[in-house]
Amino acid sequence: MTGLWRQAWEVARKDLRTELRTGEVLMITVPFGAAALMLIPLAIGVDAPLLERVGPGMYWSVVLLFGVLVTVRQSAADGPAQMDLLTLLGLDPAARFAGRAGASTLLLLVFEAVLAPIALALYGNDPRGWWWVLAVLPLVALGLGLLGTLAGAIAASVASTTLVPLIVVPLSVPMLLAAAQVTEGIRVGATIFGWLLLLVVMDLLLAVAGVLSARPLQEATR
Amino acid sequence: MPEAVIDLRAVGVRLGDTPILRNLHLRVAAGEAIGLIGANGSGKTTLLRLLATLLAPTDGEGAVLGVSLRSPERFAVRPRIGLIGHTPGLYPQLTLEENLAFIARIAGISAAAVHEVLDGVGLGLARHRRAAACSHGMQRRGEFARVMLTRPDLLLLDEAHAGLDPQAAELVAHLVNGARRRGGAAVVVSHEPGRISPLVDRFVELQAGAIAEPGTGRP
Repeated sequence: MTGLWRQAWEVARKDLRTELRTGEVLMITVPFGAAALMLIPLAIGVDAPLLERVGPGMYWSVVLLFGVLVTVRQSAADGPAQMDLLTLLGLDPAARFAGRAGASTLLLLVFEAVLAPIALALYGNDPRGWWWVLAVLPLVALGLGLLGTLAGAIAASVASTTLVPLIVVPLSVPMLLAAAQVTEGIRVGATIFGWLLLLVVMDLLLAVAGVLSARPLQEATR
Repeated sequence: MPEAVIDLRAVGVRLGDTPILRNLHLRVAAGEAIGLIGANGSGKTTLLRLLATLLAPTDGEGAVLGVSLRSPERFAVRPRIGLIGHTPGLYPQLTLEENLAFIARIAGISAAAVHEVLDGVGLGLARHRRAAACSHGMQRRGEFARVMLTRPDLLLLDEAHAGLDPQAAELVAHLVNGARRRGGAAVVVSHEPGRISPLVDRFVELQAGAIAEPGTGRP
C-alpha cells in the first residue's frame, strides 16, 4: 500500500471507529430515514399500484436528504485543533479527502442497504426493478460521499458549515434523477445505460475535483 | 553563529485590512528556547501559527527550519514542527492509546513508541480511556505524549503550563530540553514569565502585534 492509500485508510478507519462510538448514522439517521419512508404510504393509503410507481423516487429522495446528514456529520468531525494536528503530521490532503470520502461512502452504503428492504416492503410488490437498485447503490453512495466530503472542505475553508447542504443538495439532484431513472427504466424495460454512465461520470468528476482541490482548500482553512 | 531555526525579517500578518503582526524581526538559533510574552490579543497565538506554517506572512520574509514560509517546501517541513495550542487536538471519541496510535501510523512511527510515551507522561494506566473522559490535565499530558512521539525540531507551546500540576509542568521542561538537545528550538508562550524563565534563554514581548524593544517595553 502506498503512502497516500495507507494514510487514507488510517483516516477512514479513525472516522468509522468514531461512528461506531457515537452511532450518529446508525442510531439517529437511519431511524429517521425509515420513518420518512413510512410517511408517504400512511398519507396515500393502500393504493398498491401508486405506491409501486412512486417507491423508487421516494427511496432515492430519502437517501439524498438523509444522506446529506451523514455527510454533514462527517464534515463536522474535525475541529480546528484536529485540522492543525493533521496538517502538521504531514498528512497528504488528498489522502485525507480520500479517507473521509471512503468512510462516508461506506456509511451511506449501510444507510442505503438498511433502507432498501424497508422501501421494498412498503412500496414494492414487484422486486424486479429493485434488484437493479442494488447495483446502483454503490455508485450513489460513492457520489454522495465524495460530494459531501468536498462540500465539507469548501465550507470549512470559508468557516461556514451551513454551506454543506446548500452545495450538496443541488449537485446531487442529477444523481437522484439518474438513480430513480435506472430503477424505473428496469421496471418498464427502457434503456438505462445513459443514466448509469451519468452516475459513473459524476463520481469520477467529484473524485478528481476533490483530490485536486484538497491542498488549496486545506491551506485556505485557517 | 549557529544556524537559525527561526528567521523573520520584517514579517507582518494582516487579516483583511487589520494588522495582527507588524514588522517582526526575530532570529532563534539552533539549540535556543525563547519565552514569548504579551497581553491578550497581542498576537502571540498568531505568531505561533505563523511559525507552524499554518499561516503565511502577508508582509516581509521569513523562514523556519531553513524553509521559506511562503515556499511550497513548507509543506514538507511541517512534520518537524510540534504545536500544542489552547485546545487539545486529541479526538474525543478515541482512547488515548488509539489517538497516539493513529498519529504514529500517519507519521510512520513504530507502534511500540506509543506505549513508551504514554508511560513517559504518566498515562500508562489510562491508555484505554477515551480522551473525552479525561481531565484537562490528562488531556494536556496526552498532548505532551503526542509531541514526544513525533520529536519535533521546532517546538511551539501555547500556554502549555496552564492548569497543570508541578509534575506535569516538569514534562514541559522535558519537551523543551529535548528539542534543544536535538539541535532544534522552542518557543514557549506564557502569561507567567516566572514559571518559564528556567526553561528559556530570553524573552520576547509582543505588544499590539509588534516586538517590544528590550528594556523599553515599547514596540
